[in-house]
Amino acid sequence: MIHLPGLNQASTAAGQVDLLFLVLLGISSFFVLLVSGLLIYFGVKYRHGSSADRSNPPATNNFLEIGWTVALLVIGLPVFVWAASMYFHDEVPPNNVLVINVLGKQWMWEVVHDNGRREINEIHLPVNYPVKLHMISQDVIHSLWIPDFRVKQDVLPGRYTTLWFEATETGEFPLRCAEYCGTQHSGMTGTVFVMEQADYQAWLENAAQGTSLAAQGEQLFSRLGCAACHKLNEQEDGRGPLLLGLYGRTVLLEDGTTITADADYIRRSIVDPQAQIVAGYEPIMPTFANQVDEQDLLALISYIQSLANEDGANQGK
Amino acid sequence: MSEMASEPLGREERTPVSSSPRRPKNYLNTSYTARSWLLTTDHKRIGILYMIAITFFFAVGGIAATTMRLELLTPYGDLVGAETYNKLFTIHGIIMVWFFLIPSIPTTLGNFLIPLMIGAEDLAFPRLNLASWYVFMVGGFVTMAAVIFGGVDTGWTFYTPYSSVYSNTAVALVIVGIVISGFSSIFTGINFIVTIHKMRAPGMTWFRMPLFVWSHYATSLILVLATPVLALVLVLVGIERVFGVGIFDPSLGGDPLLFQHLFWFYSHPAVYIMILPGMGVTSEIVAAFARRRVFGYTFVAFASLAIAILGFLVWGHHMFVSGQSIYAGMVFSVLSFLVAIPSAVKVFNWTATMYKGDIHFDTPMLYALGFIGLFTVGGLTGLFVASLSFDVHVHDSYFVVAHFHYIMVGSTVLAYLGGIHYWWPKISGRLYSAWWGRFSAILIFAGFNLTFFPQFIVGYLGMPRRYYAYAPEFQVYNVLSSAGASILALGYVLPLVYLLYSLQNGRLAPDNPWEATGLEWQTSSPPPTENFLEPPIVTHDAYERPSATISSSTGGQP
Repeated sequence: MIHLPGLNQASTAAGQVDLLFLVLLGISSFFVLLVSGLLIYFGVKYRHGSSADRSNPPATNNFLEIGWTVALLVIGLPVFVWAASMYFHDEVPPNNVLVINVLGKQWMWEVVHDNGRREINEIHLPVNYPVKLHMISQDVIHSLWIPDFRVKQDVLPGRYTTLWFEATETGEFPLRCAEYCGTQHSGMTGTVFVMEQADYQAWLENAAQGTSLAAQGEQLFSRLGCAACHKLNEQEDGRGPLLLGLYGRTVLLEDGTTITADADYIRRSIVDPQAQIVAGYEPIMPTFANQVDEQDLLALISYIQSLANEDGANQGK
Repeated sequence: MSEMASEPLGREERTPVSSSPRRPKNYLNTSYTARSWLLTTDHKRIGILYMIAITFFFAVGGIAATTMRLELLTPYGDLVGAETYNKLFTIHGIIMVWFFLIPSIPTTLGNFLIPLMIGAEDLAFPRLNLASWYVFMVGGFVTMAAVIFGGVDTGWTFYTPYSSVYSNTAVALVIVGIVISGFSSIFTGINFIVTIHKMRAPGMTWFRMPLFVWSHYATSLILVLATPVLALVLVLVGIERVFGVGIFDPSLGGDPLLFQHLFWFYSHPAVYIMILPGMGVTSEIVAAFARRRVFGYTFVAFASLAIAILGFLVWGHHMFVSGQSIYAGMVFSVLSFLVAIPSAVKVFNWTATMYKGDIHFDTPMLYALGFIGLFTVGGLTGLFVASLSFDVHVHDSYFVVAHFHYIMVGSTVLAYLGGIHYWWPKISGRLYSAWWGRFSAILIFAGFNLTFFPQFIVGYLGMPRRYYAYAPEFQVYNVLSSAGASILALGYVLPLVYLLYSLQNGRLAPDNPWEATGLEWQTSSPPPTENFLEPPIVTHDAYERPSATISSSTGGQP
C-alpha cells in the first residue's frame, strides 16, 4: 500500500484512509489545475489589448451548466460511498474483540484492563488482534486520537463511546486528545504500546494488582448492598430485577418499550434508576451517583457482564 | 441622466493632486460634525461606521493570531503559557467570526451598495440600520470587556460541559456580548430582505439585479433564520452555567451533544453568511474587469439560494466522531457533498466569464482571482472532510484549521479587500495607488498560502488544533506557517496605509473608473446623500453593455 512520509501505517484502517486521501488529492489536483489553467489561459489570451477574437461571447449555456453539475455528482458520489462504507466498517467491531476500558479526565488517560491492570497515559495492546476501547469521560468531552492508526473517537461524559482498530505493527505510537478540554489539553497525550500477542499476555499477567475488574465489581456489589434487592439466583424473588444473564439481553420497560441491556443501560440504571424502570418493578431504587465514580461503574458493569458470561448469554460488551 | 454619465478617465487623470476639489454636495461633504456621523441614517455613512468598527475588531483578532503564531514557532510553551494561549485562540475566534467575518461584507459593502445597486434612496429601515450599528458596538464592547476581565478559554465553539460548568473564565459575559451582537445581524438581514423586495427602481426586476444583491439576499435569509438559534443555544449555556439547570451536562441530567447540534445548526450556515457575500463581490469584479456579462447569471443566482438552503442541512458533518449515530453521519456526509456542487458551479461560471473577455488586471481583479484560487482549495478540502472515514482521522486537527481558514478567512478577506478596492473610488471619491494595490494583493495571496498550506500537512501528520505545545517533529511546518503569518500581517497593514493616504492625497475618482456596469457607477463619486439626483429607470439586464463598448475595447481600436 502507498506509504506517506512522516506517519506510520500501523493499523488495518490506515492504508485505506491513505488511499482515500490520495484519491481525493488526485481529484482536487485535477480541479485546481483545471481552474487555474483556464484562468491563466483566458487571462493571457483575452488580456486587455490582445487581438484575440471576442466576437459573440456566450451569455449562458444550459448544456454546459447541467453537464458540469452532473459531472460533479458522478465524481463526488462514489467518493462519498467509498468513504461512508469504510466509516461504517470502522464503526462496527468484529465479535472476537479485546475490550480495554479508557477513562478520560482533565488531563490524563486512565486505562483499565479487564484483569484489573491499570495504566496512565499508556495503552498496551496486542498486534494483529482487534481491540475495542470502551471509553467514558469523568468531566468534559475529550477525544482519543491515534494518528498512526487513523482513528479517533470523542470521549463523552455520561455515556460510553467505543473505538475499535487492529494494530498491524509493533512499536510505540503517540496518542493525543483531539477535543479541546481545558487548560492542559495540549498535555493530554500518551503512548500506545503495540506488543506481540505473547508479550502482551505476559505483560498483562505481570500485573501486581491481581484483582480482576469483575472481581472488584463483585466486592462493590456487596459493599453497596445491591444484593439486598438484586438476588443472584433465579429461585429468590428480589425487589429489583434479576441481574443473572441480564447483560446483552432485551429488557421490557414499564412504558412498553424495550432496550438492550448494554453498558450504557446498566450505567444509567445505577446513576439514574428512575429513568428506565423495568416492567413489573416498583420505582424504589435510589441513585448511586454520589457513591460510585466512573471506575466503580466500570467494575460493576464488568461484574454484571460476568454474570451473563456464566449464564452463557454474553453478546459482547 | 446625462449629467451622471461617466466621464472619460483621461480628463480626471490631469486633475491636480492637492487642489481643494470643488465637488458637488455628496454624502461625505454634506456635513463634517461628529453628530452628523453618529446620528446618520444614511446607509453609506453607516457602512463607513461599520467599516471603522470591523477594522478595529480585525486588528484585535489579528494581534491575538500573531501572538499565537509566535508562540507556535517552537514546540514548547515558552512565549505564553497554556492558559494565555487558550484565551488567545478563543478571543481570536470569537472576534474574527462574530465581529469581523460575519459582518464584514454585508454591513460595509452591502450597506453601502445594495440601495445604490437597485436604484433606491436608502435601505427600507434607515433608523433600524443605525440601531444595528449601535447594537453591534455594544455587543463588541461587552465582549471586549470579557477579555479585559480575564478572558475566556472555551474556544469560540463553547463546547459543553466545559463552557457551561468547568471553565473558570468570563464565559457568561462573552455570551451576553455575542447574543447582543446577534441582534444587529438580524436587524441587518431584515433590512436587506425588505429593501430588496420593496425598494427596487422601476425596471429593476429580480433577474436584472446584480449578483452581489442576490448573494446578499441569500445571506440575509440565513442571518434571519439561523442567528436566533445561536442566541438560544448560548442563553441555554448561560442558564446552565449561572443557575445550574441541567441542559448539557450529563451529571445534571443534560446531553452535551444537544449543544453541538444546536450550535452547528447556526454555525455551519454562518460559514455561508461569510462566503456568500464574498461570492457576490467576486461576481461583480470578474464581470467588471473582464468587461463581460457574468456567464450563466441565472445559475449563479440560484446557486446562492441553493447554498443558503442546503447549508442548513449539513451541520452534523461537524460531529462525525462525536458519538452521533453513524447513519446520521452518512446523511450529513452526502448532503455535504451536494452543497459543494453549487459552489463549484459558481467557480466554473466565473472562469467561463473570462472567456472572450477584455481582461484588465487591476487590483480588484487580482483579489478576485485570489479569491477563486483560495475558495477552490478551501472547497475541495471541504470534500476531504466531508468524506466520513477521512474526517475521522483529521477531525479537530490542523487539517481542519487550514480548511476553514481557506474558506472563511482566505476567501472572505480577499473578497472583502477586493470589494473595498473595487468600490473605493465610489466610496471615497479618490483613487489609490495602483502599484501598492497590486503589490499588497499579491503579498496577501502569497502570505496566506504560506501560512495555511503547511497546516494541511501537519494536521494530516497528527497535530491536533488548540495545542500550545506540540511534538517536535511538527516544528518545521509551524515555522513555515508563522513565517507566512508575518507576510500576511504586512499585507493586511499596507492597504490600511495607502487607502487612508488616498483620502487626502489620492487623485479624484471619476464616476466610473472601471468602465463597469451597474447603477452605482452611474451616480457621482462619491454619491449624493440621496444616491441619485434623478430616480433611475432600469432598461438593461445586469452587466449588459452597449455593444459599442465591447467592440471599441477589442484590439485597442477606438
